[in-house]
Amino acid sequence: MSATFETVAGIISETCDIPRDKITPQSHAIDDLGIDSLAFLDIAFAIDKAFGIKLPLEQWTQEVNEGKAPAEQYFVLENLCKRIDDLVAAKKA
Amino acid sequence: MRLEYFDMIDRVVAFDPSQKRIVTRSTVPAESPVFEGHFPGHPLVPGVLLTETMAQASGYLLLGLNGLSQMPFLMTVDKARFRTFVEPRTELQAEAELIIEGSGYAATKAKLSSEGKPICDAELRFRLMPFPADMRALMQSRIEAIGLTPEPAP
Repeated sequence: MSATFETVAGIISETCDIPRDKITPQSHAIDDLGIDSLAFLDIAFAIDKAFGIKLPLEQWTQEVNEGKAPAEQYFVLENLCKRIDDLVAAKKA
Repeated sequence: MRLEYFDMIDRVVAFDPSQKRIVTRSTVPAESPVFEGHFPGHPLVPGVLLTETMAQASGYLLLGLNGLSQMPFLMTVDKARFRTFVEPRTELQAEAELIIEGSGYAATKAKLSSEGKPICDAELRFRLMPFPADMRALMQSRIEAIGLTPEPAP
């Protein structure tokens, strides 16, 4: 598993008090792990700090609410980690 | 400062958008129904209201920076430390600075002091949301009352 996933899983485990072994790359943050929108903001804060990025949560939420993107695209952890890697790469470019 | 109405900030003495920082002043009232219970014969400002004062200073900072485009709601209090008691008539200075401006949230560091003596400090996070109903007008009135001139809305 990627270093990004390990960091994100650690953040989720600590922030939401979820056992680390229950968090997999295929976990859906909302449907599988039961993370609510407020808790996800705490996770976003920790991710933003850890990776030096700004997760575009408001944009993602709007896209999901308007049916322009499936929630899985952003909230399944392996997809979330891919987006984090993309944001980190874009920042370095 | 009117504790029972949660009016914690009397006036803004400095607002620096470039440094993303605000300084406010408040005077703890000589009397308040809050002191009847906290504590009878030994009036002290409750820690929860000191936290609220730091949160309001931070909230006004965020409103000033975003031009009242979104309403900050307190969602997380981290690393809160209360270092001394606060009695009636105390002059309080609140300082808050923006640490991280995220998407849908913002994080601040805030502290209270009196005559240079530290009182409490904390790291606070706020959810940024559209203004509910007529709350924007209410906040506009409040920022005018405390002397805050916000940045233009983005």
